[in-house]
Amino acid sequence: MSGHLLHNLLLFGRILRGLGLDVNPGRMMDLVSALDYIEIGNKSDFFYAARTLLVHEREDLELFDEAFDLFWRKPAGSWSVEWQGLVRRRRSNKPIITNPPLKEPPPPENDTDSNSKDMMTVIEVTQTYSTREVLRHKDFAQMSVEESEAVKDLMVHLRWKISERRTRRRRPGKGEMLDLRRTLRRSLRAGGEIFSWSYREPKLKPRPLVIIADISGSMERYTRVLLHFIYGMKAALTQRVEAFVFSTRLTRITRPLQIRDLDLALKNVGELVHDWAGGTRIGESLKYFNFEWGRRVLGHGAVVLIISDGWDRGDVELLDREMARLKRNCHRVIWLNPLLGAPDYEPLTRGIRAALPHIDNFLPVHNLASLEDLVNRLADLN
Amino acid sequence: MNFSSIDSLQSALRERNYIAERGLATSLYLALKLKRPLFLEGEAGVGKTEVAKVMASLLETELIRLQCYEGLDVHHAVYEWNYTRQMMHIRLVEARGEKATEAELFGPEFLLRRPLLQAIEQSKEKPPVLLIDELDRSDEEFEAFLLEVLSDFQITIPEIGTIKTPNPPMVVITSNRTREVHDALKRRCLYYWIDYPSFEKELEIVHARLPQAPEKLAKQVTGFIQELRQMDLYKLPGVAETLDWTTALVALDQQALDPVIIDETLGAVLKYQDDVDKIKGDQTRLILDRVNAGVD
Repeated sequence: MSGHLLHNLLLFGRILRGLGLDVNPGRMMDLVSALDYIEIGNKSDFFYAARTLLVHEREDLELFDEAFDLFWRKPAGSWSVEWQGLVRRRRSNKPIITNPPLKEPPPPENDTDSNSKDMMTVIEVTQTYSTREVLRHKDFAQMSVEESEAVKDLMVHLRWKISERRTRRRRPGKGEMLDLRRTLRRSLRAGGEIFSWSYREPKLKPRPLVIIADISGSMERYTRVLLHFIYGMKAALTQRVEAFVFSTRLTRITRPLQIRDLDLALKNVGELVHDWAGGTRIGESLKYFNFEWGRRVLGHGAVVLIISDGWDRGDVELLDREMARLKRNCHRVIWLNPLLGAPDYEPLTRGIRAALPHIDNFLPVHNLASLEDLVNRLADLN
Repeated sequence: MNFSSIDSLQSALRERNYIAERGLATSLYLALKLKRPLFLEGEAGVGKTEVAKVMASLLETELIRLQCYEGLDVHHAVYEWNYTRQMMHIRLVEARGEKATEAELFGPEFLLRRPLLQAIEQSKEKPPVLLIDELDRSDEEFEAFLLEVLSDFQITIPEIGTIKTPNPPMVVITSNRTREVHDALKRRCLYYWIDYPSFEKELEIVHARLPQAPEKLAKQVTGFIQELRQMDLYKLPGVAETLDWTTALVALDQQALDPVIIDETLGAVLKYQDDVDKIKGDQTRLILDRVNAGVD
């Protein structure tokens, strides 16, 4: 192979990486050896060979096609302008990682002398206790900035756990399935005489969780706190947690939430979502979810959390139909509604009325106490 | 059979009535040459499984199929000891007044060979095509195990030893994307997304597979299915549905489509009641009109 071609290949690989494709040196080597088997003069074969080796996600195919077109087919002159366009369209769900901001130094100690320090601690503890009690029951929407910061800190301590389901995988235990393998192994030690039977039982695994949160205008006062709550759940749970937000359309935010730094994660979510505080089209959004994502994320007995106040401006019949479809495809549908916290609230909006028959649990999510209640519910879904 | 170029592979596939896009032929060709597994994704019914079958027939070798499901474990994917036979053996030997040794109990004649072990053993003679079907149905535990097997094509059975092969089988993995398969596994493979075929390609497939179908019917069915794929349906029909539907219509002696027969046989095409309700009746007529305008 000519040095020129090799050089271009490597450059192309670097460019693909820059666009967010998962191209590693190993794959580039594969491509180089693949060139022994195809006619390099045949552009279409070269294109397909590069594509089958360098791409392994359907979502990346389109981006690859354009990059290939630009890199190998266009004369160099027209490059830079189109290139800018491509870079702007880079895989948007790939998190943009910058260095986490340095932690601010802790606030200086109060200038009290050491004698009164013990006293102070005692008072602080009781204060924290009572403020915490107040905070627990205060509606997220009515909190001051400081209060909502405090409540976010408290949220970190919620012990999320989702009840388990019996998988089809089995392990030795007390179940009803005979374990011939172990029975025979043990009998061999006794010279082939079977003294006791071994059994197998289903292995338990936590259920996957899917969160679909409403970020439309009417939910705005809750959105920030709820995003923290979603982030906290995702970080705390070991099983798969998929997160989506919607107002007029649905956006998957699972990837940006995977970052360890909470502020950066939320910033990335912010950049990904284009319809913050817009109108609400629950029906359309759920339909999009069912059609595009349902089959991919609802397997293995998933639990679905929908967070919304149910103010829907879309098609109510559609909402009814899509809720029914969603219900059929998962283990449990839990609807969290911040308005449910108000004592005089009745679920009368058209959206909620359409959705209610398909909901397993209809719960409030307006304060910390309601989240604690949710923790207990999720741990015991039987 | 050895292929010298992508062209020869593509036309050999065509001779066996498998109409492959150039891209798929390239992936298959490279999978053979680079001895790498091929990972096929695509909607249901676009012919993913068929690829492995036709490759086996093309290479004049055996097809070994591992159907994945949740909880699939080593004992069903690789090997298992035949415990009932072992117990019988113990009793028989006892009846002769002797004692069975472990070495004879765990010998090859008591070994049940499951698909992965079969594939590796047979590869020593003539590498088969190993189809790992619907990998997305298995769980993460199995995926991790598979990754190991695919990286060095050897299997260790504690009682017997390590079984390996210098010539790996041709591996075809399929997934319907009901779950995201781990990146590490996909990275080991060549990747190809099988799309729905164009009208011309699909008609070619119908001709190749069902030569007895009347020309007009074949065109209408293909056109109708192509129209359906543009619609807002929960489950779009695949090529499998096109072939099923054509077969059904041929069995009913239909020479051409008409609205009544479409509504009566729509169950062969659409698999969700919501979708059937949406298309049946008025829509059927509208789509058929559009199709006929294109066909004539």
